Amino acid sequence: MDKKKKEPFIHITKRKEISLQHEWAIRLGAILLALILCALLTTLMTHLNPISVYATMWEGSFGSERKIWALLKELSILLMVSVALAPSFKMKFWNLGGEGQVLAGVLATSACMITLGSKMGSGSVILISLVAALVAGAFWAFIPAFFRAKWNTNETLFTLMMNYVAMQIVAYFIIRWESPKGSGKVGIINPDSKIGWLPSIAGKQYFLVVLVAILVTIVMYIYLKYSKHGYELSVVGESENTARYVGINVPKVIIRTLIVTGLICGLTGWLLVASTDHTITTTLAGGRGFLGVMVAWLAHFNPIGMLLSGFLIVFMSKGTSEISMAFSLNRSFGDIITGVILFFVIGSEFFINYQVHFRKSSSGKEVADA
Amino acid sequence: MPESRTPAVSMRNITKTFGDVVANHKVDLDIHRGEVLSLLGENGSGKTTLMNMLAGIYYPDEGEIFIDGNPVQISSPKDAFDHGIGMIHQHFKLVNVFTAAENIVLGMDEDVDGKHVGKGKLDIASPSKRIREICDMYGFDVNPDQKVYDMSVSQKQTVEIVKVLYRGADILILDEPTAVLTPQETEKLFNVLRNMREDGKAIIIITHKLHEVEAISDKVAILRKGEFIGELITKDTNAQEMTNMMVGREVKLNINRPEPKNVKPRLEVSGLTVRSSDGLLKLDDVSFTANTGEVLGIAGISGCGQKELLEAISGLQEIEKGDIFYIEDDGSKTSLIGVNPVEIENKGVALSFVPEDRLGMGLVANMDLSDNMMLRSFRHGKSIFTNRKTPKNLAQKVVNDLEVVTLGVSTPVRRLSGGNVQKVLVGREIERAPSVLLTAYAVRGLDINASYTIYDLINQQKERGVAVIFVGEDLDVLLELSDRILVLCGGKVSGIVDGRTADKNGVGLLMTQVGGEAVG
Repeated sequence: MDKKKKEPFIHITKRKEISLQHEWAIRLGAILLALILCALLTTLMTHLNPISVYATMWEGSFGSERKIWALLKELSILLMVSVALAPSFKMKFWNLGGEGQVLAGVLATSACMITLGSKMGSGSVILISLVAALVAGAFWAFIPAFFRAKWNTNETLFTLMMNYVAMQIVAYFIIRWESPKGSGKVGIINPDSKIGWLPSIAGKQYFLVVLVAILVTIVMYIYLKYSKHGYELSVVGESENTARYVGINVPKVIIRTLIVTGLICGLTGWLLVASTDHTITTTLAGGRGFLGVMVAWLAHFNPIGMLLSGFLIVFMSKGTSEISMAFSLNRSFGDIITGVILFFVIGSEFFINYQVHFRKSSSGKEVADA
Repeated sequence: MPESRTPAVSMRNITKTFGDVVANHKVDLDIHRGEVLSLLGENGSGKTTLMNMLAGIYYPDEGEIFIDGNPVQISSPKDAFDHGIGMIHQHFKLVNVFTAAENIVLGMDEDVDGKHVGKGKLDIASPSKRIREICDMYGFDVNPDQKVYDMSVSQKQTVEIVKVLYRGADILILDEPTAVLTPQETEKLFNVLRNMREDGKAIIIITHKLHEVEAISDKVAILRKGEFIGELITKDTNAQEMTNMMVGREVKLNINRPEPKNVKPRLEVSGLTVRSSDGLLKLDDVSFTANTGEVLGIAGISGCGQKELLEAISGLQEIEKGDIFYIEDDGSKTSLIGVNPVEIENKGVALSFVPEDRLGMGLVANMDLSDNMMLRSFRHGKSIFTNRKTPKNLAQKVVNDLEVVTLGVSTPVRRLSGGNVQKVLVGREIERAPSVLLTAYAVRGLDINASYTIYDLINQQKERGVAVIFVGEDLDVLLELSDRILVLCGGKVSGIVDGRTADKNGVGLLMTQVGGEAVG
């Protein structure tokens, strides 16, 4: 009680305003710091030259035309899932079911290609499978939305559980459709007739996927920013009370928004089967339903920003798998590098929102962190 | 009591900034034992910030704090307690399912005497005994074994006060303690405060209400825009002088009450009964008529059905029984039962509603001014895209007409001060050219200047022929502004009185008992 206390060394205040330049300076500074730390870790743990490790990482994404296309494809699919999740999260509907919603589209597309493959032409199969994938994705997202709108169930658990249900259903159909018999998996669907396969544009298999992703991103940007629907869902997200007060039908908006999410997830599933992979597995969504949540959050639900955050994540994953091959490193080392960089990027958000003051130095000047 | 004695608390040269905003600038303040000091100032003048620095919630950027003449550092609420400082916040911090005694000892490792309460074993008997002693000493009315959820607002407040006394506080800070109390409860609180003053405690009370300053305090310290303006001896000053110092210019203190013109029934409520979602009776057979060109005040202790009444009229509340009719100029009636706000608008009924919860219901805190204007208009037009130009112009108009202090129309409303938030909300609702205007606690938390702006706006609407329903908590204001006052008590109408002739005690009685004696 009578002991004198010193002025606290650090205190933290919330920023009121921050300029765009300052914001990006903090972000880029964080990435730079992360790269320096990773360089140190690389030298200490592997005794490799960090510069050549970084160069190899770059090679992993941009080393050849094939690699660039692989990067673009991966980025497009991840971006589509993130864009699909954006309206749900903007409405504060914690949709962790992207995985299942994509799988629903995957299942519907495969079903059409397998069962109709011998009965009609490729064009009709493509069209029918597209519609089926959209409906399946939308339906899978509709179920939790309906329960939330009607009985206020917890959407986080609900959507999460729906992923496992979708996975089990897909597992069941894989056994029914397995080919060759006994392999426990579905090989390439319609490998010879290529019925239901999407065409290559200008000789590039992934060109169409990239185009669709760009289109969906732009449309979603406009939908969220300028449409009445977009306005309604952000009001619901900010305050359901206010939404009711101005007469917005909250259950209707919740269901409608989740159907939009589901449609894009279904579309993504369609592209995965009909354009890129031509097969079905329980892991075809590949965790993008969860990765997409992070991409969307990092970009504050701005679809254009998701392009950047999505790129960072895909670039890291391509780069780290390249270095583990080139230097025959343990895969975990790549995970360490990815982890450090993501930690810094996410951590930089703290410094964007808050300001850290240190105790005044003897010169009387206040030092504020960048 | 000579002035040369050492003050219990001295604040010297205190400065605190948040970003670019200077909340306190070189403030000096002294509080002596055996004294009640009122801290008076408009919203955003830095009263609460200054007190939070005493209570260990904020840490000053510059300046020093002395307790009994010794310099101290208060960097946490625990430090504050160690120095005998206790603050009673506007929002209570109690655990509902615990008893009063359990709440009071919560988080204490040892008794005030330094004796361990016993690890892992909660001995509630001896604290209860001590709590009763404290209550007897100052005249509190608290049962230590009563659960908090069974308590009225004023009882909860009493528990908060006993809690800080129990912990040995002898410097007490109360942040707008009377905002939630009836006049009778306020008087009771003041009696307790006087007893504590006799006992030699130093008491600081933050308030907006001048008549309370006069009733309770020995000295008044006035802050304006974060700066210390001056200290007055209460008995040597008056409401006018205090207001002028607070606002920084001459302000007239009378609320206008134009005579109602062209009075016709506009809204008829009959036998309205409403239950909350858990089946509690919130409104019980409420009937009244609201007239054009008239302000109908609604008085009552908070939680007596005011919220449900306004929400029922505006189509936000399910109704069990009863009728609500909107009466056109030609006398034809439209029922407002079972319709939502959009359907009400589509029926051609211009009904505006300023709800109690401004940022949680009336506005969206994270959206900017023009997006908030758009809440009412975004449906207009057939396009699938929103029209952003009209709301933007409207926002600009409201900012200009009502002198809203903001960086611009694209500032999120959460950055505005309370008074400016309310101007934005009221401005938007009035711009809809309503024929019925519902307002709930329209001036709660607003400073004198902003409050008078709101009263003026309400009177303008009244003179335009709008039927205004004004739910208020400050009886003085209700009595000065309303043409008629409807008093609610426990969801029932306990009386409808004439605002020009009713007296404060009569209305206060009606607030606590249904069917009280007829009042003037």
